[in-house]
Amino acid sequence: MQPILELKKVDAWYGGTQALFGVDCSIVAGGVTTLLGANGAGKTSTLRAICGMLRRSGEIWFDGQRIDGQRTEDIVRLGIAHVPEGRGTFTHLSVQENLALACHSRRNKAQVAHDIERVFSYFPRLKERLRQQAGTLSGGEQQMLAIARGLMLKPRLMLLDEPSFGLAPLVVQEIFHIMRRINNEEGVSIFLIEQNAALALDLADEAYLLETGHVVISGPASRVRDDEAVRRTYLGY
Amino acid sequence: MDLFLSQVFSGIATGAVYGCVGLAMVMIYTSTERINFAQGEMATFSTYVAWTLMAFGLPYWAAFAATVALSFLGGVLVQRVLLSPLRGAPEISQVIVFFGLFLIFNALSGAIWGYLPFDFPSPVKALSTGTHLISAHQLFIIIVAVMMLIALFLFFRYTSLGLCMRAAAQNPASARLMGIRVGWMLALGWGLSAAVGAIAGIMVAPVVFLEPHMMVGVLLYAFAAALIGGIDSPPGAFIGGIVVGVLENLVGTYVVGTDLKMTVALVLIIAILIFKPTGLFGSRRVARA
Repeated sequence: MQPILELKKVDAWYGGTQALFGVDCSIVAGGVTTLLGANGAGKTSTLRAICGMLRRSGEIWFDGQRIDGQRTEDIVRLGIAHVPEGRGTFTHLSVQENLALACHSRRNKAQVAHDIERVFSYFPRLKERLRQQAGTLSGGEQQMLAIARGLMLKPRLMLLDEPSFGLAPLVVQEIFHIMRRINNEEGVSIFLIEQNAALALDLADEAYLLETGHVVISGPASRVRDDEAVRRTYLGY
Repeated sequence: MDLFLSQVFSGIATGAVYGCVGLAMVMIYTSTERINFAQGEMATFSTYVAWTLMAFGLPYWAAFAATVALSFLGGVLVQRVLLSPLRGAPEISQVIVFFGLFLIFNALSGAIWGYLPFDFPSPVKALSTGTHLISAHQLFIIIVAVMMLIALFLFFRYTSLGLCMRAAAQNPASARLMGIRVGWMLALGWGLSAAVGAIAGIMVAPVVFLEPHMMVGVLLYAFAAALIGGIDSPPGAFIGGIVVGVLENLVGTYVVGTDLKMTVALVLIIAILIFKPTGLFGSRRVARA
């Protein structure tokens, strides 16, 4: 399968502290790839490195184009939607304004309206809360809003940073179900970061395991799930 | 009673000017959490530009429009050239740059136009003298300020660019992930606030005469206005300006006399910082340790 995103020997730093060490990773086009790891393993750093939010070296290729020298805004415009850790809600803006931000540079208003309706077909609850201030939404709704904002960018690849974080199990299930639909119906490739390994491995086709900034295991999700060490440490049985 | 009313009205007029400068400060504060101490001096410089354009024979409104446009560009330029490279620098470095800007603009005004006060025209002075309660120019100030406020409100509330600027100020990291060019949004914010300052300068110059230190006092009142509004609320700053303007006049007339008027602003600043740091409309910042 053709990768849509490829990382080759990527190092990344927070100031003087190195967070990633020679990470190699490729995300299959049209599929779901997951990156597992404990707290502090470098999962979020990997996503930030891709989007140019960290100092990084090595090569990052998106759809045949090298993006490791580009700025965040430009990388996003190429078709990568990053749904960040903490959801990145614009708390003082309304739900509608949050969504409008994603299409600020688009001129075709009819097309935008059509896209918003499509996003609401995944997240009907957002439609009910259109005029509500986004900061007053529940955690699950804010996560939905974050994914919806990402979708409004019309991405080819979505980077999702722990969408299950701090949410009730039922809400998590709902969100993962929606992500599956988005992957199937929109043809958006997904790169998912999760601490909840069982959940992520259910959704993913391919999986990577990070430990202290190094990729230690990679392969098809089914095989990673059966790995003895992964099972014991990350799946807990 | 007439004295009281005329003091209130003229307080509202000067208060509108304080409010405009306060608003300009708030616009920069909300996106950078810094107070631009040079706001007043930049406005004075802009006012000199307007004066010069009129001296070259441009009609009032043409000079007005050109000055606002030039000030906007100047504001954008200052942000791009001087402040943008300081992104992520320690707070103190940025504050020093603001003070540097204060001195530069103040000295430039003096060096180019000298330190003698100039008469600055008002488009309405010639037409009428108003009533005995409010002068025509005071009424003019209030109308212009309110119109500007409405224009800014419409811009930030209903345009896509205004929305992007608000988003960039609120959550720059997340705004970048929406493809918004945050650096340019900040620069536009500087441009707008310089333009607002220019309008305030042009409004106040016929009252206080144009000289390089024209805005020093105004800046102090404007700071008090912004604080009353809660430092992060643009309409709050404007209302704060009116409050300060009226209070200044009434306390000056009935209590302390004109010599101590300036003290009113200082007392207000200290009182707000001690007793109600969030002002009337400010949002409280809560951070977990």
